[in-house]
Amino acid sequence: MYCLLKFASLFLAVSVCHGWLFGDFVGKQKDLDEISLWPQPQKFQSSAVAFKLSPVRFQIVHAKESSAGPNCSLLENAFRRYFEYMFGDMKKHEKSRKKVFDSDLVELKVWVTSADPECDGYPSLQTDESYELSVDGPSAVLKAANVWGALRGLETFSQLVYEDDYGVNNINKTVISDFPRFAHRGILLDSSRHFLPLKVILANLEAMAMNKFNVFHWHIVDDQSFPYMSRTFPELSQKGAFHPFTHVYTPSDVKMVIEFARMRGIRVIPEFDTPGHTQSWGNGITNLLTPCFSGSKPSGTFGPVNPILNSSYEFMAQFFKEISAVFPDAYIHLGGDEVDFNCWKSNPDVGKFMEQQGFGTDYSKLESFYIQRLLDIVAATNKGYMVWQEVFDNGVKLKDDTVVEVWIGNKMEEELQNVTGAGFTTILSAPWYLDYISYGQDWQKYYKVEPLNFPAESRHTDPCVERTAAVPR
Amino acid sequence: MYCLLKFASLFLAVSVCHGWLFGDFVGKQKDLDEISLWPQPQKFQSSAVAFKLSPVRFQIVHAKESSAGPNCSLLENAFRRYFEYMFGDMKKHEKSRKKVFDSDLVELKVWVTSADPECDGYPSLQTDESYELSVDGPSAVLKAANVWGALRGLETFSQLVYEDDYGVNNINKTVISDFPRFAHRGILLDSSRHFLPLKVILANLEAMAMNKFNVFHWHIVDDQSFPYMSRTFPELSQKGAFHPFTHVYTPSDVKMVIEFARMRGIRVIPEFDTPGHTQSWGNGITNLLTPCFSGSKPSGTFGPVNPILNSSYEFMAQFFKEISAVFPDAYIHLGGDEVDFNCWKSNPDVGKFMEQQGFGTDYSKLESFYIQRLLDIVAATNKGYMVWQEVFDNGVKLKDDTVVEVWIGNKMEEELQNVTGAGFTTILSAPWYLDYISYGQDWQKYYKVEPLNFPGTDAQKKLVIGGEACLWGEYVDATNLTPRLWPRASAVAERLWSDKSVTDISNAYNRLVQHRCRMVKRGIPAEPLFVGHCRHEYKGL
Repeated sequence: MYCLLKFASLFLAVSVCHGWLFGDFVGKQKDLDEISLWPQPQKFQSSAVAFKLSPVRFQIVHAKESSAGPNCSLLENAFRRYFEYMFGDMKKHEKSRKKVFDSDLVELKVWVTSADPECDGYPSLQTDESYELSVDGPSAVLKAANVWGALRGLETFSQLVYEDDYGVNNINKTVISDFPRFAHRGILLDSSRHFLPLKVILANLEAMAMNKFNVFHWHIVDDQSFPYMSRTFPELSQKGAFHPFTHVYTPSDVKMVIEFARMRGIRVIPEFDTPGHTQSWGNGITNLLTPCFSGSKPSGTFGPVNPILNSSYEFMAQFFKEISAVFPDAYIHLGGDEVDFNCWKSNPDVGKFMEQQGFGTDYSKLESFYIQRLLDIVAATNKGYMVWQEVFDNGVKLKDDTVVEVWIGNKMEEELQNVTGAGFTTILSAPWYLDYISYGQDWQKYYKVEPLNFPAESRHTDPCVERTAAVPR
Repeated sequence: MYCLLKFASLFLAVSVCHGWLFGDFVGKQKDLDEISLWPQPQKFQSSAVAFKLSPVRFQIVHAKESSAGPNCSLLENAFRRYFEYMFGDMKKHEKSRKKVFDSDLVELKVWVTSADPECDGYPSLQTDESYELSVDGPSAVLKAANVWGALRGLETFSQLVYEDDYGVNNINKTVISDFPRFAHRGILLDSSRHFLPLKVILANLEAMAMNKFNVFHWHIVDDQSFPYMSRTFPELSQKGAFHPFTHVYTPSDVKMVIEFARMRGIRVIPEFDTPGHTQSWGNGITNLLTPCFSGSKPSGTFGPVNPILNSSYEFMAQFFKEISAVFPDAYIHLGGDEVDFNCWKSNPDVGKFMEQQGFGTDYSKLESFYIQRLLDIVAATNKGYMVWQEVFDNGVKLKDDTVVEVWIGNKMEEELQNVTGAGFTTILSAPWYLDYISYGQDWQKYYKVEPLNFPGTDAQKKLVIGGEACLWGEYVDATNLTPRLWPRASAVAERLWSDKSVTDISNAYNRLVQHRCRMVKRGIPAEPLFVGHCRHEYKGL
């Protein structure tokens, strides 16, 4: 009896020391407040049991059962990147001969479960980004269907690691089960109003991966400049960029962005916004834009893409053929926002065309005429397309898989209701125009937005609503 | 007669080619829009005659008549800095054997005219920063009373240089006569709400010099942290800094800031703000702050400096003795703003003291009692002091040379009227709180401020000696300080240097866009004003 008591107290002591019974012991345990995960996972359970990670012994490895192995360069690259994040600031000595302690976490095993890990593929809207993470000595296990989920899990794992008072890397016994609420989580950058050097774009793709963003909406050209170097129409950037050499994205620059993004599970969706926002296009392609008139004479200024000329559509067909080959994502963003009708109204040929088509004085019909033809051109390249909300608002006929981007703040809930009510997938950017800076902690107002806060009749049959955080227009 | 005609037409041709008669010839001449000076000088005349500058032949030298020479390290340092700004991105080959062309500008002669150039001195409020610049082949001449004016002139000279279509440095025949409208042109940085690494402070001193700012108002400590490493009271930073090693300014860091600033003609005025804004001081000096009470028991929290204890004044005397030795400027900023009376009201000992002194329930009298003693302490160290406006508003007795800083936006003109009406020098920062960011071209609202727009006599207006652009640190640290400060602060720079009449926004926009690109080219990540580009974009991250 006494012996049992002794054993029981020993067992109790051991249990208590390992913190399984009580979470508050000093020593091996760490204040659970120290763990700061962002974004917060769906299911997260941590205990106060801590393991140490040694930069000479800890490794990230492919699990034996994983369908991905050392030839999966996306994961090899990620292993190196996350190792560097976790141990980068530590001196790394040569392999230590010391034995491994029970309190060490020796490895993170990455287990991709699907037969096809998609190592050399591209992420898509349908990608399963879920993962499961189990951290316990001596091996932690990260399980995901494919490399995209593995990337998300690696980021989370790296966020679980913290430095104790000795500067030693620790991680607590943890179980996480995670997946994104929304499939389209994007950042829009505008490289037309100001040229963005490649370095800045790549650094922000890195930051996106740290935040589990998975779409780079590249608003690459606009009125002010055309930095995209087109193989088919080199004059576009030669005459449209701020400078034809120093302020352009060469084909190799574009490839670099796409691959750098892919390695981080980020889709690159380029936006070539027409028929408005196209001033810079007209420098290179002389008959593309509508000449505006002052009375009966051309004023010398130009408006949106000229919708009445076949040449405009021939140009678009050739141009988007190139774009659909250059950018591997299933979607291209075609813009279609803020079309100013004044120039069209001033042009007599456009006026004649309006008559012939029976559009009366409703220029949004002309706009829709253009967009319709453009959408058909792009659909023929086997790409899906995204458009700004005006295209939907103006009643253009859209393909079923069109993604409508709601950007106008005024009557946003109504718009979401209408777009989803009509059966289209939609993404939200209206409340997230981060270019509108103001004094103070404005991140809170962005955080408080609830994308699904709009009236929906049959919420359970609503198509998925997704969101994009947009930057300048 | 025919001969004379031929000669005349030859002469005419030569004159026309040199652009003296007509400013519009192609070739040697350059579009005068290309020249973007910031801030705009007082008197500026340029012609279209252009000279080329070769990186192997052009030199900045001391004029023979100058009282400064090669042993004037401030100027030697400046010559190198400005040469690098102008030719830094060019390949510099070895000395060319080619002959000098008539169209070359061979040298800039710097001529310091006073007997004492002040090479090893410090700038002050009374410093004469005027200069004259005459650019003509083959030698340009920069004349100034002392090195401080020479620095201003060198900056302007570097702004006159532009690249032609061949990438060759050109400069036009120019005559400039310049001086600042206001003597105190400052930038406030806050290194307490966030620690600012030395690199960031030094980079901003560089940017200040490009904009002819001449005062760095270093709001070095405050409630949130105490990064200043004091020799007399090391516990202040040991217990008050965000981290006692990584987030402090050592004595050598402080020396570096002061000397780096001096080399650019910038005064460093530290602010040790009391009796409010002192939470972090209490970590190191245990009886310094007033203990607040919850009923009859101490609540555990602390308020402003405790004005009823002699120890507070003994501490201040020792502390400011050190400060007055460490910082060479004639002025120290003592703060005195935003004193919250609640803690004093809660403390029974303070209450007794109020009775004894006959202050009744007027705690601003207690505040003034403290400030008065502090000012006397600091005056005894032979420093002048600057204070925030509350000190004046509360009727504290100030020395004649006190500078009162008007920072409250509400009733600003009235305050200026009152402060100058009472005979005190004043500086204005109220309209220039650059930490209040907003969407769009807010530089315009800073540019449009007219500091002397208040009811007052000419004598009163003379007492407004300048102003400061303030970048408080609640939302600012090394990741965003420089782009947030520049070029918005440049708007304030021109308002404080240039003539009152320089107000054309559209002209300012064109010049400021170029000036901003120039700062970017020199490595300062100044944010854009609006859509566009710079020939040389920012290369950092």
